[in-house]
Amino acid sequence: MTQAHAPTPAPSPAKPDSPRAASRRRMAEQLPDATLIKWLRDMFLIREFENRTAQAYQQARIGGFCHLYTGQEAVAVGTINALQPDDPIVHAYRDHGHALARGMDPRACMAEMFGRASGCAKGKGGSMHMFDKPHWFFGGHGIVGAQTPLGTGLAFAAKYECEVLGKSLPNPGVLDGQPPKKKVALAFLGDGALNQGALHEAMNLAGLYSIPVIYIVENNGYSMGTAIHRGTTMAHDLMAKARAYGIEGRVIDGFDVMELYDHFKPLVDACREEQRPAFVDLKTYRYLGHSMSDPQKYRTKDEVDQFKAKDSIDCMAAYLMGERVDAAGKPSLSQDQFQEMQEEVRALVRDSVEFAENSPVPDPAELYSDVFVNPQPNLSPTAEYVKGARNPLL
Amino acid sequence: MPAFELPTVDFSKPLPSRDGTRLIQFREALREAMSEEMRRDPRVFLMGEEVAEYHGAYKVSQGMLEEFGPKRIIDSPISENGFAGMAVGAAMYGLRPIIEFMSWSFSLVAADPILNNVPKMLYMSGGQWGCPVVFRGNDGAGGQLGSTHSWCVEGLYANVPGVKIVIPSNPYDAKGLLKTAIRDDDPVFFLESERMLGDKAHVPEEEYYIPFGQARVAREGDDCTLVSFGRPVNFCLEAAAELENDRISVDVLDMRTIRPLDIDSILTSLRKTNRLVVVDQCWPFASIASEVVTQVCERGFDWLDTPPVRVNTEDVPTPYAKGLEYAYLPNKDKIAAAVRKTLG
Ligand SMILES: Cc1ncc(C[n+]2csc(CCOP(=O)(O)OP(=O)(O)O)c2C)c(N)n1
Ligand SMILES: [Mg+2]
Repeated sequence: MTQAHAPTPAPSPAKPDSPRAASRRRMAEQLPDATLIKWLRDMFLIREFENRTAQAYQQARIGGFCHLYTGQEAVAVGTINALQPDDPIVHAYRDHGHALARGMDPRACMAEMFGRASGCAKGKGGSMHMFDKPHWFFGGHGIVGAQTPLGTGLAFAAKYECEVLGKSLPNPGVLDGQPPKKKVALAFLGDGALNQGALHEAMNLAGLYSIPVIYIVENNGYSMGTAIHRGTTMAHDLMAKARAYGIEGRVIDGFDVMELYDHFKPLVDACREEQRPAFVDLKTYRYLGHSMSDPQKYRTKDEVDQFKAKDSIDCMAAYLMGERVDAAGKPSLSQDQFQEMQEEVRALVRDSVEFAENSPVPDPAELYSDVFVNPQPNLSPTAEYVKGARNPLL
Repeated sequence: MPAFELPTVDFSKPLPSRDGTRLIQFREALREAMSEEMRRDPRVFLMGEEVAEYHGAYKVSQGMLEEFGPKRIIDSPISENGFAGMAVGAAMYGLRPIIEFMSWSFSLVAADPILNNVPKMLYMSGGQWGCPVVFRGNDGAGGQLGSTHSWCVEGLYANVPGVKIVIPSNPYDAKGLLKTAIRDDDPVFFLESERMLGDKAHVPEEEYYIPFGQARVAREGDDCTLVSFGRPVNFCLEAAAELENDRISVDVLDMRTIRPLDIDSILTSLRKTNRLVVVDQCWPFASIASEVVTQVCERGFDWLDTPPVRVNTEDVPTPYAKGLEYAYLPNKDKIAAAVRKTLG
């Protein structure tokens, strides 16, 4: 049995981007209470949402492959909150957390997994394929690594908007003729995707054309049952991969959301300003199995417990309710307020399950819609393609 | 009109005459189509290996770098998986990429983006994002290139719902169809042939768009219906000319697009001739020819006087030696023999 990576990575003096503990959260600490409380709430929402997802899966109300994000919440919340709301994001299949952190309605997310017409993809995508156009969330992709060239293309298009078009393309929230903005795209991937050719072609292209995309390896130490060093060369120094493509790389600890933000936000800002790519080895850990059917023979309970001991939600709650106090010594979040928040989130998630359950299944005619934007006769010998019902998110 | 919106193409306008003296090469017709659309729409860009500074591996994009600059005519490294995937992201964001594959044979290493993303994005996202990319390049045997470089991908790719597939046989159609492909909101696979890029024909000065799903009657006759698409249409015309000497006259239908497939024109012709030969440069098993024959049997069985015949490439990997390659491909003699077979 091999351990993924040490629970507390030893701070290495060789890494200039590992600041000392005292200054680790300086930037995040200066954010208003409301912002930090919202982060805690979002992490808690993801955790609760996944608990309910697991339950619904076990009751066979959700089908297919289903991968939970439990344990990794700080990654989605810390990185996505360093973006502008109209920066594009693309991800792999462990995507519920990112969708929620981006602002997707939990109802639409749960209903999608229940295969209902009110789901974010009208019940045609499923757990692995969450899409939310109004929130610039470009999927949810099931093929390991495939989303990385897509993320590169999203960032390429955003740069093209600035350099060639001189005005914004008609996307959600864009006013007609609006001047373009400098953007950064995030392409999330698992550590298993480090071994996919698509990523390496994408990184070479991004380095070559200086495309503002950040590849975020959510390094939870395993791809299914394969510990990273069993599948990836230089697993102890992933920065070697970034260097190979002339891309700036950073190692970031993903357990403390504020520390994560402090390291990640300046990187986003620099990539936006300089319109160039970056690569992040984001250390994290998943508490549960790879998917809903994983006996987890490849790791010990002890190892899992070691990571749970530095749980990002506990850590953030402790900070807001203890360490962070105003001049009068009053903490930013009281016990009662935390209780209230938990109740609110639990109710919200319960509501999303109820909503999903009570939503209609897709109309049978929907089988033939959304195949072509511009359906014409004779595209198929057996199907008559039609324009379908409007997506509930649009 | 909102930024970037274009007037819809009016397909009811009659097409200009195919007769005239403005003879240009197939590759020039392709270039004119791309350049005209790029002048009209700044969202359109061309990306591929050697398209810019080398002027195109087959000189299709010659001069386009000079006109449009390196931000729109983009040399890519040899990373089909990477740049095809980039095109998907760029199209979702709102651009209109044209991706040149030096050969469709090399699209196999981009199978995941072009088969798993492109045709399914609209469906998987519940109608939120289409994927309007045109992928184009050489398809079919280029002339003694051997097994790895002689792919006809239409049989393989037409199996996947969600893409439109275009395969012109001459410069006039190539231009009009490529312009339609670039304007279409759906992904299009546009299959050219290295062996036809130098072919010359009249291509009118005036602008025109050829609608998808409308076969062209390339020659009229009464005894048999010859159905084909792409380069073998020209072999069918050779065979038809030869058969004429024996007083056998055939309809030659150039399908121009495979998806959509103009089955109605095939059935109309069949009602006149009652005999069918389908010529297809893919392998026979589960090929486009098989599909045409199946649809004809399903919808026009009573109109057939004799069993339909397929002329495909032989069911072996593509050989190198000149004579073997000739024997492998559909040709005039095989087609003429197939027609005679239907006539008994
Ligand atoms: C190309 C491809 N091969 C195999 C799979 C099956 N598969 C799904 S997830 C997975 C493991 C990926 O692990 P990682 O990238 O580390 O992401 P994590 O599950 O840890 O989030 C595998 C092998 C797949 N989806 N795509
Ligand atoms: Mg992993």
